[in-house]
Amino acid sequence: MSSRVFAAVAFAVAIGFAAASQLIPNEYYFTAAYTVLQFVILATAWNILGGYTGYVNFGSAAFFAIGAYTTVFLYNAYKAPLLVMIVAGTLVAGLAGLGLGYLTLRLRGVFFAIASLALSVVLFTFIVNWDYVGGARGAYVLQPREVPFGLPRYIHLLYVVMVLQAAVSLIVARTIEKSTIGRGLAAIRDDELAAECSGVPTLRLKIFSTMVSCALMGMAGTTFPYYLSFIEPTSAFSLSYAVNSIAMPLIGGMMSWIGPLIGAILLGSVQQLVQVMFSLGAWNLLIVGVLLVLFVTLAPNGIMGWVDAWRRRKGR
Amino acid sequence: MDASTALVINAIIAGLLLGGFYAAVSLGISISFGMLDVVNIAHPAFIILGSYVAYIVNDRFGFDPIFVSVVLSPLFFLLGMALYRIYYIAFEKRGQESLRGLAFFFGILFITEVTLVLIFGVDYRTVGTVYGDVTWRAGPVDFPMRLVVPFLVSVTMVVGVQLFLTHTFFGRAVLAVAQDQLALRLMGVNPVRVKELAFALSIATAGVAGAFLIVIQPVQPAIGREYIGLVFAVCVLGGMGSIWGTLIGALVLGIAESFTSTFFGPSWAPAVSFGLLLATLAFRPSGLLGR
Repeated sequence: MSSRVFAAVAFAVAIGFAAASQLIPNEYYFTAAYTVLQFVILATAWNILGGYTGYVNFGSAAFFAIGAYTTVFLYNAYKAPLLVMIVAGTLVAGLAGLGLGYLTLRLRGVFFAIASLALSVVLFTFIVNWDYVGGARGAYVLQPREVPFGLPRYIHLLYVVMVLQAAVSLIVARTIEKSTIGRGLAAIRDDELAAECSGVPTLRLKIFSTMVSCALMGMAGTTFPYYLSFIEPTSAFSLSYAVNSIAMPLIGGMMSWIGPLIGAILLGSVQQLVQVMFSLGAWNLLIVGVLLVLFVTLAPNGIMGWVDAWRRRKGR
Repeated sequence: MDASTALVINAIIAGLLLGGFYAAVSLGISISFGMLDVVNIAHPAFIILGSYVAYIVNDRFGFDPIFVSVVLSPLFFLLGMALYRIYYIAFEKRGQESLRGLAFFFGILFITEVTLVLIFGVDYRTVGTVYGDVTWRAGPVDFPMRLVVPFLVSVTMVVGVQLFLTHTFFGRAVLAVAQDQLALRLMGVNPVRVKELAFALSIATAGVAGAFLIVIQPVQPAIGREYIGLVFAVCVLGGMGSIWGTLIGALVLGIAESFTSTFFGPSWAPAVSFGLLLATLAFRPSGLLGR
């Protein structure tokens, strides 16, 4: 399937999905689906760098929060429309990713990983001390009373936005994966030195994929303040974003765009179920952590790894 | 002496005392990351675990937390051996340590933190010590004992480990692993065994450092995260695998943090180590005493 056909199909599915779900009378569905879709975007975005090149980004929460706080800033300063906020948050997060990549991607991969973790704490401290966006107390971002497109509630609009954002992320991920860039990234993952020797512009490709990956993470955060109507640094920088966006691709499989999608839907739904049935937030995180460690130790190629092995056995 | 000079001197003293503690916290990372090339980002989790072990024993029996941690350090040593075994079999042997090994340690960090939250909640825990509330005063300069005691034990531990590494056969084998594993194999030493024991030593130092931490400040499970950047900042700033570098880097960081707290407010202090880490990575990745 060519990238253009895939994009058309993805958008068609997304729009169909968004339209059909308007028939669901239960408000809870939209709240829950928002969270799962948020993880679909984060996991897909993380995989563009982590899965395709093998560079680990522990700073998903930081880029997510950049998106969220860009929205808060634009809300306080200009009461900007949602679309402007989404575009701005994506761009700012992309620029932050570019800066981080430019500074640390020349070094060994582990330094990038540590620096990305460091970035979350620096930004957290910065936001806590910045009163204009609420500081440590947090800020209210009220949902507009008028909902466009004749949708019944604002959460429906946010849900539709998230469905479209998820489609965009998947299209971007798949397009990169199937292009020459994707092959270059795969070469970096397998053997960076050999790739460099074969004329692959490794540094430029790494910085590019970092930028795209971080921009998409920022995009996932842009609607978050509206979703909660209130935002404070601890929730925006929650470590659960970092651990989830690593665990989901690892559990789903990192070699292609479909792995993070499977991982995110699976793990995201399980977390929603646990939350609803037992209302235990901390147990949720424990499950993710344990699954991450189990999969990474015992099934390093994730669910898609099993599928591939099964296919190979069947083909023989 | 006027007030501002006293303020500066107090900031320097507090920074040095804090830096000594940071050296103990980062010592293990200097061994595991600096020498063995095992990127153990779960190191702070073991520090917090050490804090809680010291807290439990102190709470039940009233023993001094630092004494407890030294006595119980063999437990952490065993834990370290087990952890390295798993890490070696699952990742290092298969050559997958760069991505999956990192994710593994991240998962361990996360599990430890969440488990501690589930057992103890997110309340801050403190320990009772005989020196906790004592402060020496030399004119306007304060020496709070809750910082001085960890500082002294910590510097002793760092110097002890350095002497151990340079003056014993096993220590030299660890240094050799850092330089050339193949050569070590040719000498008839098993590098995996050496790494296993050295990694166990690094976890043991984390356990002891955890006791220092809970003497210095109240502890709750999530504060471990603040130390992830700190330990790597100290390790990178000092120069990979150099114990003296770690000590110097820790003192520099301690003073920088103490000045930031004094003059800009304590809420900015966590950003110092990360800022220093980013700056080191950007301008001098080999660190102060790096080769």
